[in-house]
Amino acid sequence: MQFMLLFSRQGKLRLQKWYVAHPDKLKKKITRELITTILARKPKMCSFLEWRDLKIVYKRYASLYFCCAIEQEDNELLTLEVIHRYVELLDKYFGSVCELDIIFNFEKAYFILDELLLGGEIQETSKKNVLKAIAAQDLLQEVSHGNIEI
Amino acid sequence: MPAVRGDGMRGLAVFISDIRNCKSKEAEIKRINKELANIRSKFKGDKTLDGYQKKKYVCKLLFIFLLGHDIDFGHMEAVNLLSSNKYSEKQIGYLFISVLVNTNSELIKLIIQSIKNDLVSRNSIHVNLALQCIANIGSREMAEAFGNDIPKLLVSGDTMDVVKQSAALCLLRLFRTSQEIIPGGEWTSRIIHLLNDQHMGVVTAATSLIDALVKKNPEEYKGCVSLAVSRLSRIVTASYTDLQDYTYYFVPAPWLSVKLLRLLQNYTPPAEDPGVRGRLNECLETILNKAQEPPKSKKVQHSNAKNAVLFEAISLIIHNDSEANLLVRACNQLGQFLSNRETNLRYLALESMCHLATSEFSHEAVKKHQEVVILSMKMEKDVSVRQQAVDLLYAMCDKSNAEEIVQEMLNYLETADYSIREEMVLKVAILAEKYATDYTWYVDVILNLIRIAGDYVSEEVWYRVIQIVINRDEVQGYAAKTVFEALQAPACHENMVKVGGYILGEFGNLIAGDQRSSPGVQFQLLHSKYHLCSPMTRALLLSTYIKFINLFPEIRTQVQEVFKQHSNLRSADVELQQRASEYLQLSIIASSDVLATVLEEMPAFPERESSILAVLKKKKPGRVPENDIKENKSPTPVTNHNNDVNNTSAGSADLLGLSTPPTSQPNSSNTGVLLDVLGDIYNKPTNNLSNTSSNNTWFVDPKKFVCKNNGVLFENDLIQIGVKSEFRQNLGRLGLFYGNKTSAPLQNFVPTLMWSDEQASKLSIQMKPVEPVLEAGAQIQQMINAECIDDYTDAPSIVINFVCNNIPQKITIKLPLTINKFFEPTEMNGESFFARWKNLGNTNQQRSQKIFKASTPMDLQVARTKIMGFGMQLLDGIDPNPDNFVCAGIIHMRTQQVGCLLRLEPNKNAQMYRLTVRSSKETVSIEICDLLAEQF
Repeated sequence: MQFMLLFSRQGKLRLQKWYVAHPDKLKKKITRELITTILARKPKMCSFLEWRDLKIVYKRYASLYFCCAIEQEDNELLTLEVIHRYVELLDKYFGSVCELDIIFNFEKAYFILDELLLGGEIQETSKKNVLKAIAAQDLLQEVSHGNIEI
Repeated sequence: MPAVRGDGMRGLAVFISDIRNCKSKEAEIKRINKELANIRSKFKGDKTLDGYQKKKYVCKLLFIFLLGHDIDFGHMEAVNLLSSNKYSEKQIGYLFISVLVNTNSELIKLIIQSIKNDLVSRNSIHVNLALQCIANIGSREMAEAFGNDIPKLLVSGDTMDVVKQSAALCLLRLFRTSQEIIPGGEWTSRIIHLLNDQHMGVVTAATSLIDALVKKNPEEYKGCVSLAVSRLSRIVTASYTDLQDYTYYFVPAPWLSVKLLRLLQNYTPPAEDPGVRGRLNECLETILNKAQEPPKSKKVQHSNAKNAVLFEAISLIIHNDSEANLLVRACNQLGQFLSNRETNLRYLALESMCHLATSEFSHEAVKKHQEVVILSMKMEKDVSVRQQAVDLLYAMCDKSNAEEIVQEMLNYLETADYSIREEMVLKVAILAEKYATDYTWYVDVILNLIRIAGDYVSEEVWYRVIQIVINRDEVQGYAAKTVFEALQAPACHENMVKVGGYILGEFGNLIAGDQRSSPGVQFQLLHSKYHLCSPMTRALLLSTYIKFINLFPEIRTQVQEVFKQHSNLRSADVELQQRASEYLQLSIIASSDVLATVLEEMPAFPERESSILAVLKKKKPGRVPENDIKENKSPTPVTNHNNDVNNTSAGSADLLGLSTPPTSQPNSSNTGVLLDVLGDIYNKPTNNLSNTSSNNTWFVDPKKFVCKNNGVLFENDLIQIGVKSEFRQNLGRLGLFYGNKTSAPLQNFVPTLMWSDEQASKLSIQMKPVEPVLEAGAQIQQMINAECIDDYTDAPSIVINFVCNNIPQKITIKLPLTINKFFEPTEMNGESFFARWKNLGNTNQQRSQKIFKASTPMDLQVARTKIMGFGMQLLDGIDPNPDNFVCAGIIHMRTQQVGCLLRLEPNKNAQMYRLTVRSSKETVSIEICDLLAEQF
């Protein structure tokens, strides 16, 4: 996978994760282009599209679009399920996740994603194991901070 | 404000709320600037800032960056956080760095030590944080700093599974930047054996790594095949409860299954071990069987995961292309998907079937689904699905169904989306030509194309119909009649006028017997369109008119009146003005014999095997110039009569002023469209003289002939040496033309070949002898035949010795017989190009790359012409950067064929080029790279 973007129905970018090095300018251009393209598509359309030499796989969950750019030989259907697994993880962690959770806890969204994917490849497919890893991180935080909850 | 999880930062949450409450973009920017100023002053002034505050501010900066603003400070504070002993601070530091730091940043040096410390931490969470950071940045520096530690981490028995997983993928990322990072030897087997690991997560991660390693060195990692098959076999026969949390919606380990199936696509089917092969086929059959079972869940996740594995298995079946039974079963399965209610499945099924259509085992099976595919093309709501259907129809077309498929595509074209019309037009044109048994059908199809989608009919398409009509007597009368009828439509497309004008100019006489299409009627009909046409079309029509004067002397005055019109004779368009005045003069001065000779019917275009592919060439700007010599004309204009050459004296061939379409070039590996042959003949080829040691000994290495086949190789006061060459497959034919420019004979005239026996075993050369005397003012021709047997470097030279006025002369010329001449251009789409590109890039042996400064100012148009002349197919629209050139071609040799891909990336700012060549043979890659690099 080359990158993953999360954006809202209004076209606001909520999360971006790049697995290839691009200059910021290019990243912005790609992001703008894809957001426009995908928002223009109708609900019943196919979740895949050819874009430059990549394949785009996207899916909408409530008000958020999840969009991945994968390479030609990558598996589209399974990429949809990578997205789904990520949504499940967010859901489990935040307890029925909504867009606001991701806005206010964007760093958590990143940490969870980093446990699921590394360098653009799936690292751990087991939901239990990912959640375990995140829980261990949270525990470490609480230990070092004497459990500050606000 | 929603609850903030874990270790919350109240200030951050307040700031995010503020931003969200901003009513306008301006207000948002104002709030952000205020915050940036605040953070900057804190970072600058407040020395007592504690870790928590630093973390909070770094997090705010991160948030501001994610909103799309540039962040130019805070990096040092983030670096400081890395060495914090509080995990939450460390984690935010790492996050900031992986999101904001580019691979080439100076900062990387500063963080390496912190990462090193975390990498040896006893806490696996810290180790993973470090690994994630390395993988996120993935730069060369990272590879150098950690290239030793990470492989050890991966295979060590002490490493925890979660760390192994991260280490495998981290290593993969570094391997992509620096291929040398993976140690060979005993490591190979240890890495391969990760496929047997107990922990499914480790196997999943390791399989990705192994896949990349295999691509680079398939031979060394061959052992992975049997392990992968065993692992796959265990998964597909497992019940979904066996694998616990690695079962996804009742599908056992879909990610690992897909990766293993992917890995196996790097190899040909395991032939030497029938046991492994049998087991693999069993796995594939099981997967196909499972597809027929009722679903275990109604959830789309279940069907997606299950079908993801199925599609990957089908990819492997297609890749192996050896088991007819499996191929046909795969085809039937995909056939079922064609009418599935999931758009995604229909899309993928069409795509996958395209590949099946190219296998001899399953081509027939694919054809059974023709009707459904035609329906998909017409009825699908999503244009990307319709596009897939068009592609599949194109792929499944053969002699038996061509008429029907072409007709359906034509029907659909009337309502097709604009975005796919041009490509459809090309596809229809290609199919019609490829499978035409009756050329009247072909003519009808192309004229229909122009009628239905005239705007999308590119020049190549209408050039091609003209070539075919000219080359085939049996269809000429029909074509004339048909275009005449088509032109009678009240609104007809300009492309129709062009084709009509050209064809009537050549063959109007074949229908002139009929009163309804008498000469006068034909002329009036064409001329009624004249004023609506562009200058280029008008120019063509003027040529048609002069041809009419020859065909139909009875309308001569009528035609002359048109030439005389002010709008033509004094046209602001110089081309029209010139044609009108010259044609007028020609019609007045020339006798009917001369007219008949000058305006003779076009000679047949040389047939060219791969013409069909050349048609696919995208439109090329800058093609038109009038001074292109056509084939059949040797470069005779040796000396001094260059100034009076114009369109008419160039002979009948160029009379209609059609630029030569790529398809009409005489040889398949040719210089492409517009060779500026005349231009070169008339310009003194001074730049050819690379080294002149004295005034009667010359060494010439005309480098520009790497990219062209015809022109003047050498010229001085005594002699002009021209060349004309053609190549087909692995054979080449050169005509050398020696012109004596003096008023004395050249004596003892002997050209000798310089090409060792050893070299000749790779490129064999036969040279016909020539007369030893070249008379004053005369020109002689010497034929040279070449056959490419094996790949070679350099090119043969000839030494020409002669005596002129008692002074011995010696000229050494390198012949334009470099290996690129044996290219056959290969058309391919982006997908297959990049697939091959990746495949060929696996080993250094296949690649050659040069980065070099432009020797002349960069001009992409010039570069384009050169590349097209180089002999490969220039593939437009494939590279995401429109300035880059990518090409594909096959070099034909007697012993083998070598596929070759090329990418040239100009960097205008730096005035540098990067040229990469990939082929299945190292020596070829290097030579092609060297040859082309010298051209820029």
